[in-house]
Amino acid sequence: MRVLVIAECEKGLLVPATLNTITAAQQIGSEIDVLIAGHDCSVLVDSLSKVAGLAKVLCCEHPDFENHITENLAVLIQSISGNYSHVMAAATTFGKALIPYAGALCDVQAISDISEVVDADTFVRPIYAGNALATVKSSDSLKMITVRATSFELTITEGGNAKVENVQSTGANENLQFIEQMLSLSERPELTSAKVVISGGRGMKDGENFKMLESLADKMGGAVGASRAAVDAGFVPNDYQVGQTGKVVAPDLYIAVGISGAIQHLAGMKDSKVIVAINTDEDAPIFQVSDYGWNEDLFTAIPDLTNALES
Amino acid sequence: MKILVPVKRVIDANIRVRVKDDHSGVETANIKMAINPFCEIAVEEALRLKEKGSAEEIIIVSVGPAKCIETIRNGLAMGANRGIHVLCDNSPEPLALAKILKMIVERESVGLVLLGKQSIDDDNNQTGQMLAALLGWPLGSYISSIAVNDKGFEIVREIDSGLERLQLTAPAIMTADLRLNEPRYASLPNIMQAKKKPIEELTPIDLGIDITPRVQTIEVHEPPAREAGIMVSGASELVDKLKNEAKVI
Ligand SMILES: Cc1cc2nc3c(=O)[nH]c(=O)nc-3n(C[C@H](O)[C@H](O)[C@H](O)COP(=O)(O)OP(=O)(O)OC[C@H]3O[C@@H](n4cnc5c(N)ncnc54)[C@H](O)[C@@H]3O)c2cc1C
Ligand SMILES: Nc1ncnc2c1ncn2[C@@H]1O[C@H](COP(=O)(O)O)[C@@H](O)[C@H]1O
Repeated sequence: MRVLVIAECEKGLLVPATLNTITAAQQIGSEIDVLIAGHDCSVLVDSLSKVAGLAKVLCCEHPDFENHITENLAVLIQSISGNYSHVMAAATTFGKALIPYAGALCDVQAISDISEVVDADTFVRPIYAGNALATVKSSDSLKMITVRATSFELTITEGGNAKVENVQSTGANENLQFIEQMLSLSERPELTSAKVVISGGRGMKDGENFKMLESLADKMGGAVGASRAAVDAGFVPNDYQVGQTGKVVAPDLYIAVGISGAIQHLAGMKDSKVIVAINTDEDAPIFQVSDYGWNEDLFTAIPDLTNALES
Repeated sequence: MKILVPVKRVIDANIRVRVKDDHSGVETANIKMAINPFCEIAVEEALRLKEKGSAEEIIIVSVGPAKCIETIRNGLAMGANRGIHVLCDNSPEPLALAKILKMIVERESVGLVLLGKQSIDDDNNQTGQMLAALLGWPLGSYISSIAVNDKGFEIVREIDSGLERLQLTAPAIMTADLRLNEPRYASLPNIMQAKKKPIEELTPIDLGIDITPRVQTIEVHEPPAREAGIMVSGASELVDKLKNEAKVI
């Protein structure tokens, strides 16, 4: 078994989910290579080569990959896929777009969002918004997989000594042009890897009120997330959305503020270690999955909680 | 331009599914079914493009059992022109489905395929990407806006770190995210009218596509349940619990 993990980088940094994906890869095969394709990735190549247990770091440094265009990267993956039994990436928007695309180029039925490795052909994955877990077995000779990062530990990033190899670009697709990215800039930890996540829902009433959650998050070194309803209402940007079709988080502490607890929201946070819910409706479904429920108006509760943390 | 919108029939998003006792899948007997919400958003966007004069015809396609006709009729009642039903026992895996869709795209000379980003039952999030790869057409995945221009389409995608703007040359594939639009309700007259709109019947064999699954479901389980914990009555009690009981802060 030789496994290729596709590294994801953003603003010159490695996306942590890549390190969870390497852990999943290590449960499948003994020889793991990582591919990093980008414009300015030499810094990352160095740190990746120190990740424990990697055989090779393949580096494709080329402007074709500057903007992580699915089409360009998928063709590159296809060109080297013959050397591998498995190709894996994290189930981020990057990986979720890339792996099926590369899968179809290789005539492989991809497997999305695995949460467990049973053996080299068999995996567990959540379906129906996490209301069921399916054990699935692939008969394709090449497996192409995305990995639910929260289900696997981060791999150890020291002690390794992988060989670095350069690979050639396979070119850029002429049928699409990158124009720009509008990134949400935040000083706070990234949502999917933060130890504390505080999410607001429709109960927050407007975007301005999210400032309360932000200052609470800053006190706790946490990140701020949201329900779909809060994003749809324009309180916060789309990348805050936690849920079935947003981000999956599993922090040590998740605080749901003015969120009812629809199954699509629970799908993205119910693997958190400790869940706290603050809601005025004592029958809100969120209380059924909460370790600590607090039946209180959030406009009283959040300032109180912020003060209590200070003293 | 013709727009093709593939739609899937799924268990309604508001139903809490139950795993079958024999662990072969989830209970589907006598359960409310609906058009996959992301497909409904895709239909709505196609209609808006037509209303703006950017498209002449909208074709709805669904692949699966006879009941998929109801789902196609949903799309026709919203305003699409005609339907294609590809009859088979179950919704095929995304790769086989993408091969079927490719055949239809080529038969119909479609200029844009608008899919949902994800089916809410299998949570695959694959078909649009695969179709783009098979056709070699540019892909706009997870889009939240489309503007038609001379060269094709300028789209905005929802990505983990924010938004991304791309220019796609026509013809193209797109997958709809939640913020693309809010789908309309079909009016009663339109529902009546939709009953008269044509739906062509095909099979995967007619299209020459093998739909034998590559991935076998061995078993389906309930995830471990979370127990409801306790209620607290104030901030200091909560902070105390988080510090001394749960030890997470
Ligand atoms: C295809 C599809 C995909 C979806 N994907 C997602 C997803 O990824 N993520 C997601 O979150 N949702 C998703 N949803 C939406 C989901 O079904 C719910 O509609 C959504 O999660 C509800 O958000 P909410 O809890 O903020 O709003 P509501 O359900 O309206 O709940 C608001 C809560 O706030 C409480 N409240 C109000 N005022 C106060 C106050 N002053 N103090 C305290 N509490 C207060 C109310 O009691 C209520 O419980 C999806 C839906 C569909 C159909
Ligand atoms: N059986 C089907 N028939 C028609 N279109 C489908 C079917 N299954 C999936 N699709 C389309 O593919 C999209 C993504 O589905 P999936 O890749 O299964 O998550 C859906 O939103 C539909 O647009």
